[in-house]
Formats: sequence, structure tokens, C-alpha cells
Amino acid sequence: MLINSKERIHPHMFTLWVSMGSVIMMFAGLTSALIVKKNQSAWINIEIPYQFYFSTIILLSSSGTIYLAKRFFNLRNMHYFRMLSLITILLSFFFIVNQFYAFSVFENNNLHVFGRNSNGFLSFLGVTALLHILHVLGGVVALSIMVFKAYYSSVKTYSNSRINILSTYWHFVDILWVYLFLFFLFI
Amino acid sequence: MSSTFSDHSSATLVAPHLLDDTHHEHHHETFISKYVFSMDHKMIAKQFLVTGIFWAVLGGLMSVLFRLQLGYPDASFPWLEDILGKWAKGGHITPEAYYALVTTHGTVLVFFVLTAGLSGTFANFLIPLQIGARDMASPFMNMLSFWFFFLAGLVMLSSIFVETGPFSGGWTAYPPLSALREASPGSKSGMDLWIISMALFVVSSLLGGLNYIATVLNMRTKGMSMTRLPLTIWALFFTAVLGVLSFPVLFSGFILLIFDRNFGTSFYLSDIYVNGVGALPNEGGSAILYQHLFWFLGHPEVYIILLPAMGMVSEILSTNARKPIFGYMAMIGSMFAIAILAFLVWAHHMFVTGLNPFLGSIFVLLTLLIAVPSAIKVFNWLTTLWRGNIRFTPGMLFSIGFVSLFISGGLTGIWLGNSALDIHLHDTYFVIAHFHIVMGVASMFGMFAGIYHWYPKMFGRYLNNTLAYIHFWITFLGAYLIFWPMHYEGLAGMPRRYYDYSIWESFKQFSDLNRFISTVAMIVFAVQLLFIANFFYSMFKGRKLLTQNPWNSNTLEWTTPINPGHGNWEGDIPEVYRWAYDYGKDGTEFISQVTPIGSSESTH
Ligand code: HEM
Ligand SMILES: [Cu+2]
Repeated sequence: MLINSKERIHPHMFTLWVSMGSVIMMFAGLTSALIVKKNQSAWINIEIPYQFYFSTIILLSSSGTIYLAKRFFNLRNMHYFRMLSLITILLSFFFIVNQFYAFSVFENNNLHVFGRNSNGFLSFLGVTALLHILHVLGGVVALSIMVFKAYYSSVKTYSNSRINILSTYWHFVDILWVYLFLFFLFI
Repeated sequence: MSSTFSDHSSATLVAPHLLDDTHHEHHHETFISKYVFSMDHKMIAKQFLVTGIFWAVLGGLMSVLFRLQLGYPDASFPWLEDILGKWAKGGHITPEAYYALVTTHGTVLVFFVLTAGLSGTFANFLIPLQIGARDMASPFMNMLSFWFFFLAGLVMLSSIFVETGPFSGGWTAYPPLSALREASPGSKSGMDLWIISMALFVVSSLLGGLNYIATVLNMRTKGMSMTRLPLTIWALFFTAVLGVLSFPVLFSGFILLIFDRNFGTSFYLSDIYVNGVGALPNEGGSAILYQHLFWFLGHPEVYIILLPAMGMVSEILSTNARKPIFGYMAMIGSMFAIAILAFLVWAHHMFVTGLNPFLGSIFVLLTLLIAVPSAIKVFNWLTTLWRGNIRFTPGMLFSIGFVSLFISGGLTGIWLGNSALDIHLHDTYFVIAHFHIVMGVASMFGMFAGIYHWYPKMFGRYLNNTLAYIHFWITFLGAYLIFWPMHYEGLAGMPRRYYDYSIWESFKQFSDLNRFISTVAMIVFAVQLLFIANFFYSMFKGRKLLTQNPWNSNTLEWTTPINPGHGNWEGDIPEVYRWAYDYGKDGTEFISQVTPIGSSESTH
């Protein structure tokens, strides 16, 4: 199948696709666990605060910036590539901070995510959001290394496989969040 | 997970197929780079194997110890106190120690021996050699996969030495025993270490699985289409797919468990009163939730263990019956069906948890459907043997033993798969008998078959045959003698996981039988030590291999030099022209996959 085609998928890209399958299964496990538990006693649904809409917009715009970064990389415009990458990284930090801020809203309303008397729904939201943040951070680290190399490495490589893989992963993490957001919104 | 494309791995992925024509042994190898942090798939395979053997001995020894308790509940063994200290006060294994032993035995054998030891060894060894690649897609990730496994082992090992003992709530680690520190001594730091160890193990499995999939799909040599692959590779491929898709779900279950243990959440906990502690504040959790998450991995896991054995057995049966495998495509199809169904039957472990009976009946149907592909495979193995020109090599004997065990254990699965019967049989020795025969011993036999068959390729020497025959017959008879009687105990309602049956009026009758089982278990364990002696002795002193292809086999690994270096083939990787099973075709005994199709040859 893959072996004969001219446009062979880069081996790293292939590995990425398979590991995205793994990640999907993990989050599918968590969200289906919530569905199972929802049907049991003592279940209280909580309204999602508007801060999570902000998070979603921030993350989605970072998908836009990394897309542009990739375009500029392919045009060998390293200046814009670096700038857009930095904006992407910055946006993801905004996203993470805003996530934590959103959770503090619950705590201020005396709704607990973890710990004694925590609410089941919020615990699920908390664990899922934390795991998602870890995946965002993974992307940030990889992108930072790439930008760093673009600044300092003496050997200039213009192989675009790395940025392709990275941006695919980035879009994946964004879509993952959108899925989680909608899930918690409508469940 | 997100680190899979971190910086390091790229450097190692100079995809070996790009280096086809370059000679490989130009760099000097140190002891460390050759034997410790090796990136040669063959060395990593041996590392998995030897580590697996270590764990098999330890896990096996544990079963001997708790069988001592079950067989001789009244006797006291002062030497036990010498080796176990406070865990065997007065020469009696304490209840805490008993449960710790049972739990660690289960965890270690299922995950470390039959998952890592089996598919870690043979996926690493056989995938590149049989598909015609110089190494894995990412040798670096492959090395990481072993070291994560090794680390998981170290952590598990350390849990044996903590003050409160290792985890003791069963290999499935159900909450609340696994979630509440106060629940039992083993639920304290023993459980912390258990869960860390298992998390490391999941990472190791994912790294390995990703690599196996990428390698099989992307790195086959010229001419090696998917339908020319030996069945070993298909089996290892499906195994990897199952692992990559089901281990993350287990992982998510573990994460929730970690939060319940450490951060006061109530995913799995509700309305609990602990002796000496009082009522717990946790509200609204469900222990059944964990069981869903666990068995969603747990059932695919049993096939992760079995499929590699099935693949190797298919290969070895065909080679030594000197006949093509019967129903090659049906074999692939049934493995595919098994892989799909493996994800759809998890609730058959939960029939008596209050599962909705209507839902239960759907799971009965899906569970019994597995019998179809299983029966197809058995039929094909038997027809492969039928009228074959059979060579009874040790590998062949273990393969035939595998088929026998798979039939015996599969049939009892059909009993258990009926939810009505399962009300009676659940959590009895019938289940123990079922899964030890069909999974434990059968996969062990597959592993032994693989070791006897590929040892010459691994070490350039043969194992001693006489010892091998002794090993086979005693293990084979012993396995049936140990596990067959357990069916009767289970049918009589004898529950699993009890410390002492002699105090129960209903189960007193089994005292003699239990003693018999324990005695045979000890003999069988001793014979495994004989195998291990053979394994290590033959590595240095075994009869040397003089030909490349000792079994006159068709597959690619036998076209490499007797002691292949890193890169496997000197010169070009051979091209493949046919499937792996041209045995006895047109009157020729065997035709290697690298032989071009002759002009007068019939096509299949
Ligand atoms: C026709 C095929 C099979 C059927 C219908 C079947 C059915 C079942 C059922 C219903 C149970 C749950 C029993 C209970 O706890 O009450 C069970 C347990 C088990 N089965 Fe099977 N099984 C089959 C084949 C296999 C195979 C091939 C393996 C492994 C390779 C396997 C491994 C296990 C294990 C490990 C357990 C018990 C786990 C535990 O409770 O600790 N089974 N089986
Ligand atoms: Cu099952």
C-alpha cells in the first residue's frame, strides 16, 4: 500500500498519525467514562463559564498562526516564520493561563474541582483539561526547539517535514480541545 | 505521547532502507553501545527475552509459594520465615503476604512476561528479519521502549521491599482496594509503586507498538507485499494495533485512580466505611467505572498476549509439517476478526456486577462470536498438520501443545461467555483454570516454541534437544494436571482468591486435590529451571550452527549470515518473489521467498 506510492508519507508523520490514534483513545476513554458515570446517582451538571469560550478562540487562532508560520517556512521567509511561531507559542501560554483562570471561577463559586466535596462533573473536566494542557505543552516544547534552532543553528535546513508534522500535531490538539469543549458543553 | 516527535528521534531515523548498499559495521562498538544501550533490534529482542525470563522465574516462584499455602494450609515451613521474614511468621505465609504474592504473580506474568517478554522479544527479533529491513523504523524509540520496560520492572521490584509490602488487591487493581490507602497494607506505598510501574509499562508498550506498526507498513523489502508476509508478522502487527488502541484507555483509568488516591476526587469511590477510619466523605463515584476502563484494555490485552503465540505457532507448524499453512488468507481474516471483536466483549468480565441483563445478552452474543474465528484457526492448524511430513523438533512439539491447550481453554470460554452460567462460575477456580490454560500456558507454549525455533538464529547455536524433550513432556502433562482439576473445584463453587479452603465445610473435600496440584506445580517449576539452565548453557556451549538455514525454512531471516551484524544482511537486502509457505510445492521440499518464480511453476 504505502510502499509503492510516490508520495510516501514521512515516517515521522506516520508515527504521529498512529500516536494521535492513541491519544484519541485515551480521551475517548475519559469522555465515555463520564457518560457511564452521568447515569448514576448524585450527578450534578455544571454550567460551563464563558472563559472556556475564550480559551477555545485563543487556541483556534493559534492554529491559524501556525498555519501561516508553515506557509512562510515553505516560502523560506524565516523572519515571518519565527515571528508567527513566537505568536503561536504566546497564544498557547494565554490559553493555558486562561484555562486555569476558568477553573478558578468554579472555585470562587465554591464548586470544587478536586479534593473534598469535589463535584464529579468538574473533576472530569479538570482531569481532561489538565491532560490536554500537557499535550499543548508538548507541542510548545517542540515548536520552541524548532524556533531556537532557526535562530542559532549554523546549519540552515529547509526540510519542511518537521514543520509539517508539528503543525499537524498542533491542529490535532486544537481539534481535540474543540471536541472536549463541545462534549462538556452539551453533555 | 507528545514527545514522539521530539528532537532526538529524528537523528536515529536515517531510515535504514536508504543505506541499502553501504556496509554497516564501520563504526566501533563499545560494550555499552553493543549490549546495554543497543539500538540493534536483535540485541533489544534479547534484552526483552532475558528480562522476561527473570520475571518469569520470580513470578513463577511466587506461585510456588502461594501454592504451598493452598496445598499445605496446616503445615509450617520454618525456611519460609528465613526467606520472607515477617511475611511468613512461624513458617506460615501470612494472609497479607498471600494476597501480595497472588497479585504480583498475576501482574508480572500478564504484563512483564507474556506481554513484554513475548511480543517485545519476538516483534523486535522477527519483524525486521522477516520483512527484510535492516532495523526498526526508529531504533532509538525501540531502545527507549526496552528501558521504560526495564524501569517499570525496577519499580515493581522495589515494591516488594517496602515496609507495608507490594500491592495486594489482585492484578486487576479494582478500587476501592487500589484507591484507598487505608484499605489494606498493600494499598499504601505498594500501590503507589504498582501504578508508577504500570504507567511506565504503558509508555514502553506504546513506544514499542508505534514502532512495530510503522516498520511493518513502511519498511518491507522489495516484493514483500502484505499478502506475502509470514503469519508471524501479521500476528505481531495486529498485536501492536491492539496495544496502541487499548493501553491508552487503561492509562486513562489509571489517571482517574491516581486522582482518587491523591487528590480527593470521587471517580470510583462512594459511600465507603473503613474499619478504624470511619465513613469517608467520597460521594457519587462508581467502582464499576474502573472495571469498564480496565477491561476495555483487559480483554484486548489477553489477545495481545495470545496473538504473537498464534503467529509463531502457524509459522512453526507449517515449517515442520513441510506443508503450506492451510488457509493463509483465512488466518489473516480470523486474526482481523479477533482483533475487532476483542474491543467489543469487555463486559463479559462484568456479567455479575449488576450489568443490565439485556446489555449482557449483547455481550454474550459478541463473546460467543469469537468462537468462530478461533475455530477457523484451530481447523487450519489441524489441517496443516494433516498428512504432513512432521518433524518433531522441540519447537514443533510446543506448537502442537499450544494447539491442544488453546482448544481446551477455548471451550471453557464458551461456558463462561454465557451470562447465565457465569453467575455460578464467576470468580471461581473455573475462571482460573480457563485463563491459565488458554492464555497463560498456551502463550507460554507459543513463547517456548518461538525460543526453540529461533534460538539458532539468535545465538548461532542449538539448545540441547534431550533437555528440551524433558522440558516439553513434563510441562505439557504438568499443565493439564495442574489446571484441569481446577475446573471441578470451580464447578463445585470454590471461589478464587481465598487464603485457606480447609476451614470451609464445602471445600474441605478438595484438600487432597489441592495438595496434588501444588506438588505438580513445584515439579513443573523445577523443570522450567532446567530450561533456563539449557538456555544459558547453550548460549556458550551449545552445538554450533553450521548452516544458515537449519530448519530448511522459507522465510527471510534464514538468508542472513549465521551471526548477522547490525543491519542484518551483508550487501543488498534480498528481494522477495513469493509467499512464505511454498513447502512441498511441485515436489520441491521448500522454496525460499527469495527464489524467483520459475517459468514452469504452477501459481497459487
Ligand atoms: C472462545 C473464546 C473465549 C471466551 C468465550 C471467553 C470468555 C471468558 C469469560 C466470559 C470470562 C469471564 C469469566 C468470569 O470472570 O466470570 C473470561 C475470563 C478470562 N479469559 Fe476468556 N474467553 C475466551 C478465550 C480467551 C482467550 C483466548 C484468552 C487469552 C488469551 C482468555 C483470557 C481470559 C482471562 C485472562 C480471563 C480472566 C481474567 C480475570 O478475571 O482475572 N480468554 N473469558
Ligand atoms: Cu475477556
